[in-house]
Amino acid sequence: MAGIKSYGAYIPYYRMPRSVIGAAWGRGGGRGELAIAGYDEDSVSMSVSAGIDCLKGTDPHTVDAIYLATTTPPYIERLNSNIVSNALDFRRDVRNADFGNGLRAGVSALMAAVDAVNAGSLKSVLVTASDLRMGVPGGEHENTLGDGAAAFLVADDAVAVEVEGSLTYSDDLADYWRMTGDEFIRSWEDRFGRDAGYSQIPVEVVKNLLGKLNLTPKDISKACVAGANTRAQTGLARAMGFAPEQVQDAQLDDVGNTGVAQPLMILIAALEDAKPGERFLMVSWGTGCDAVVLKTTDQIEKIKDRRAIKRHLAIKATLDNYGKYMRWRDVVPTQIRARGGISMSAEWRERKLGLALYGVKCLNCGTVQLYMRGSSMRAHICVECQAKDNFEPYRFSDKTGKVVTFSHDFLGGGINPPMTRAVVDFEGGGRGLFDLVDRDPEECKVGMDVEMTFRMTRTAENAKSYFWKIKPVRE
Amino acid sequence: MAGSIKDRVAVAGMGCSRFGERWDASVDDLIVEAAYEAFEDAGVGPEDIQAAWVGTATGGTGMTISEPLRLQYIPITRVENACATASDAFRNACYAVAAGIYDIVLAIGCDKYKDSGLSGLTDGSIPGPGHGLMAAAAGPPPASFAMLATTYFDHYGLSYEEGKHMIGRVSWKSHENGRRHKKAHFQREVTMDAILNAPIVSWPLGLYDCCGVSDGAAAAIITTPEIAKNMRKGKEPPMFVKALQIAMAPNDGNFNTKFDYMHVEATVRAGDAAYKEAGITNPREQISMAEVHDCFSITEAVTMEDLRFSERGKVQKDIEDGFFDLDGGLPVQPDGGLKCFGHPIGASGIRMLYEMYNQLQGRADRMLNPGLPSRQIKDPKLGLTHNLGGGPAGCAIFVGIVGLEGV
Repeated sequence: MAGIKSYGAYIPYYRMPRSVIGAAWGRGGGRGELAIAGYDEDSVSMSVSAGIDCLKGTDPHTVDAIYLATTTPPYIERLNSNIVSNALDFRRDVRNADFGNGLRAGVSALMAAVDAVNAGSLKSVLVTASDLRMGVPGGEHENTLGDGAAAFLVADDAVAVEVEGSLTYSDDLADYWRMTGDEFIRSWEDRFGRDAGYSQIPVEVVKNLLGKLNLTPKDISKACVAGANTRAQTGLARAMGFAPEQVQDAQLDDVGNTGVAQPLMILIAALEDAKPGERFLMVSWGTGCDAVVLKTTDQIEKIKDRRAIKRHLAIKATLDNYGKYMRWRDVVPTQIRARGGISMSAEWRERKLGLALYGVKCLNCGTVQLYMRGSSMRAHICVECQAKDNFEPYRFSDKTGKVVTFSHDFLGGGINPPMTRAVVDFEGGGRGLFDLVDRDPEECKVGMDVEMTFRMTRTAENAKSYFWKIKPVRE
Repeated sequence: MAGSIKDRVAVAGMGCSRFGERWDASVDDLIVEAAYEAFEDAGVGPEDIQAAWVGTATGGTGMTISEPLRLQYIPITRVENACATASDAFRNACYAVAAGIYDIVLAIGCDKYKDSGLSGLTDGSIPGPGHGLMAAAAGPPPASFAMLATTYFDHYGLSYEEGKHMIGRVSWKSHENGRRHKKAHFQREVTMDAILNAPIVSWPLGLYDCCGVSDGAAAAIITTPEIAKNMRKGKEPPMFVKALQIAMAPNDGNFNTKFDYMHVEATVRAGDAAYKEAGITNPREQISMAEVHDCFSITEAVTMEDLRFSERGKVQKDIEDGFFDLDGGLPVQPDGGLKCFGHPIGASGIRMLYEMYNQLQGRADRMLNPGLPSRQIKDPKLGLTHNLGGGPAGCAIFVGIVGLEGV
């Protein structure tokens, strides 16, 4: 039987207190904070980050497919999941698909993966869900939305969480929507969505699913229920028959509503504390509702070393500047003039070297090395012994390292100065020069520990480019 | 002696435009300004030039100079080697004369950045293969040179304040020298307080740790020793070329864990080769003066060690003692260097030679700003020039040695 073999998540480093948004508009902002993707992050890069967390200890070449769910795809023509697949070093013959256009896409992708593995056509599928939705600045939704990503590895071996059953009602009740070209979410009168939709339909779905499985709310350890705010979300769980202690915290005061990723992230938070044999309910919402009942196995104890939700929540810095946030999201125009563009042909040529960050190991002298030049990432001559084309591939994206030297550039710092650049010597050999992100300039020191993170690098000619950067190791 | 340039060619005339943000001048104007000063200095006309080498980091073909100077169908080669561009144009011109192919040639370097609309250097490369993907390979120059300071301070145990003072003292000295020169980009006095409290450009480098980005051109008329002596009869003596060396790094400092990020190996290699070519055994004692590539203050500091002017790890004392000041044991940047005189990439190498030329001829003060102390170094015999094109992790290095006849 197919089930969840591993989970992982990603919450961006920056958190903006709701009071900062309130202050920007001259009013109160409410309690708590929102997770804010960095200026160089999007749904693709956050999917990679969650994928890395999920695949800890898994050989990426064993994965057969990636299903990426997002309502905020960087590309609408070009497969975003392919970029993630390359960054995670999956095989060429993986089956990649993007899911989107609705907040239930994360659960839909997960169930599609379960179905594919159960059908026997795929053995192992990575599902990622990530979103970076925006409310109109100063509008009613701005202080409810957060950024984040979830990932599940679905497989038929070493299953840690079994899927006992699911039920979907597809109801085209459009409480929220975006049309092509809309930058910000739109909504109908909020009482319509709440009273005619959110407070009714999920109750119906959960009641019918539990009935189908001969279960009652008492059989569920935690109900993981999607929702835009804590009051509505806890109210819904109560209407479904759950006691307050059965309702999994939805991180609405720490992260905000992460769209397609939200129900999956709530489930992951529950799984972090789960023991074998516990039963969970996951409920999504958005033009209909999915409910899924899942049950942990003994294997759940083996995947507790993920950063997932709890550890990511603790890895943070405050973004206390609304202007920066507006600039990061490209809402206010910038006049930074790009020097140089991007090249689709070079990206294609260098897809393995660049997107999965491969260097080489010299078969003559054993030296591990990167090669990164404007036009190529392909080494031909060994940096140490000058032997020609006598290498085996060596992946750097999964390595940690130590900073050899660094600088903080305020002038050429781009969208979020200062730009910190650092030379890093990798554990196991090799050296590279990278942008150092998610760091406090004050904490940077020669010898500090860093790890790789996949980020946007440039936007030019209305196309995005991605590459690896480094960030401090924070456990 | 075959294999050495020593005393085989001489410089009979030189010119240099005023450097700076030349909103008033096009690159063509700058070329004419520098070339005609050189022609008049040597007592020749453009019709006497048999071949030319033009260095520019931003221009096109040899027509970069044939058009503004209307040179008539002579061979012209355009040279580009980043910040070593002008020196490499000079080097190739010298070799052509030494080979006996030409008698009188022109080497000229020029660049103009102030029409780009960008502060700092423009990205001269064409957006193309790998540009976006390998963004990590690019990056602003201050960010890469600042890393030298981070490592140097850390390794030698200099506190931030000590390190900042050391590199600040480098820039202070250059501004003291350069502000006396009428053609220098920066003309005002700069105090240590201003240097130490300036805004940070690329930590730990502040504004005054960074050289100016300037417009300018510089030119040299190169000929045989005999013709040079003839041309300069009754005038100051010609300048003789003693050594011309280039070392090109394999650009592996960002990939090879053996690179210490505290020195520039190519400078060591080119310097040692130049000393050998010129027959110099103790550069600290034998070199009278130097113009080195101080794109950033820390670059000059480590270059003093790489050129063996200071012992490894000991440059701080020499800098703070004033050893490289105009009245010190080995004056460095007597015209202000890149820091104060300015840095039009393709012109800088020949601008450095222009300063050596004027100092060797005892004419350093002919462009002295009124009311300021003399810039003339007492009795110089040998001068060294050095360019670094690229970054600390990989670069093109030029080291040249020039001097009076028979030294």
